[in-house]
Amino acid sequence: MESEQLKIAGLTGVELTLAIAGPGNRSYAFVIDWHVRVLLAAAWLLFFWWLMKVLGLLFGDHGWKSLFALVAVWPALLIYFLYHPVLELAMQGRTPGKRMAGVRLVTRNGGLPGAGAILTRNVFRLLDSMPFFYLVGLTTCMISAQRLRIGDMAAGTVLVLDTTQSVRSLARMPALVARTGLDAGLIELVNELLERWTFLSLERRDALARALLARTNPALSSQVLADVGDADLQQRLRALL
Amino acid sequence: MATATATANAWIRSRERLWAEWLAAMQMQPRHLRIAQAQHYIEQYRALAGDLATARRLLPHSATTAALESLYASAHASIDRSSRHSLSALQTLFRTRIPAAIGALRATILWIALLFVLATGAGVWLITQYPDLIGLVASGAMIDKVEHGQLWTEDLFNVAPSSVISVRILSNNIAVSIFAFCTGVFFGLGAFYITALNGLMLGALFAYTHQHGLDGELLKFVLAHGPVELSVMCIAAAAGTALGESLIRPDAPTRLESFQRAARRTGPVLIACALLLIVCGFIEGFISPNPNITMSVRAVIGFGYWGLMLLFLRGGLHPAAAAKV
Repeated sequence: MESEQLKIAGLTGVELTLAIAGPGNRSYAFVIDWHVRVLLAAAWLLFFWWLMKVLGLLFGDHGWKSLFALVAVWPALLIYFLYHPVLELAMQGRTPGKRMAGVRLVTRNGGLPGAGAILTRNVFRLLDSMPFFYLVGLTTCMISAQRLRIGDMAAGTVLVLDTTQSVRSLARMPALVARTGLDAGLIELVNELLERWTFLSLERRDALARALLARTNPALSSQVLADVGDADLQQRLRALL
Repeated sequence: MATATATANAWIRSRERLWAEWLAAMQMQPRHLRIAQAQHYIEQYRALAGDLATARRLLPHSATTAALESLYASAHASIDRSSRHSLSALQTLFRTRIPAAIGALRATILWIALLFVLATGAGVWLITQYPDLIGLVASGAMIDKVEHGQLWTEDLFNVAPSSVISVRILSNNIAVSIFAFCTGVFFGLGAFYITALNGLMLGALFAYTHQHGLDGELLKFVLAHGPVELSVMCIAAAAGTALGESLIRPDAPTRLESFQRAARRTGPVLIACALLLIVCGFIEGFISPNPNITMSVRAVIGFGYWGLMLLFLRGGLHPAAAAKV
């Protein structure tokens, strides 16, 4: 299924197209981030518990509760509650969870969100998370046109798919076209097949490899290629590039 | 067909050096560029747009086009961003944006304050007429204490250190203010509900303590932090109401844009509320439960801080701004 798209008039007149992240990607990113921030906060708490115990400050007479609250509990709560706004600002609309889920935050103009937008977005988490498990946020995300939760609506932000990984192929393409003499579309197909080689069934990948090899060299009939084994087919595809 | 493929291949071959250069440029953070480099970056962005248009025509639905789309989006995001002058942005926030937002909300704040006063009156009347209803707003432990001639706040000093109480109170108050703001999204009804509920509770508690001769003690407890805390709650609720109003009477072509504008306009108010509540939390943790502080000192602190709050919200604590205007 093709993902929904956010179309923005680029600064040059060439339209910018961004794929909008759906509730699945959003939830996946949130679950990862939730685990990260819980672990970070817990690690902080446990470290200071251990440190105060080692220093003999735990259960002492001189206001240990106050000290523990100030150096351990409140910073841990700050880590938990400020995780999203601080990281979204520092990582340009991303968090570790968003990075792993392949999504990033942009403004409705495709730009990087500023501090105000990120703060507004996160303040509304209180509402989006109601009454439990982000039910309000998920519901609005499912029914709104651009898959927005209330925080995104208020802040003017959109969660889009982060495709920055795909740009790496760009560096190799001109050289491959020049060296192999094959057309770019065919090179992309060969590349993609090799990348997905281990995920495909033996019959399917061999059939695809034979079809591609036949396209690169019309002299190779399917009858000739029928006797070529799986490893050899992979080898021949690699040799093409 | 063959000609189109040959054209596409020739075009791709011709871009080898340029695309490598762009990929390297995109690795750099644009805010770390010198002026000449930034201008070059913008030139590259223009050229990239041209290549994307060509790729869309010659190689639709290809990985090359997708990669160029991604590169273009990344460059666009780097260029279309607000300037990063943190200090001047902060100054503008406190000198201009907060006072402007408060000014725009003035009438709403007064209406919300009126609602709060009416709800407080309703709370007083309700408990005076039907004392048994106190169970709706106070816990069993609180009622028990009052019936034994003690305020529930008297043990605060013994239960936990002041620093802990302060942080707990300020975080709770900030959460209530954020809640009053956010629930304004339900066409303002959420903000009304939070305001009325708090007013009702305050009135009910005063009426109940009055019946047991403890209203003076309760007043003594709330006097130092109450004026600002209650005002901030009304301000946050007024900001929430403005959000609701933006949905009822949109001032932009769409309700979404109107809501977004209202959130941007009223957002600074919430920052001011949070800052004011931090100080309130410390007053409530250190001063309010301290039995050695007299009523008159509490009144000076409470109303003095309230006056400072007014000055802060009007931008009066930043005379430089006033001089500029």
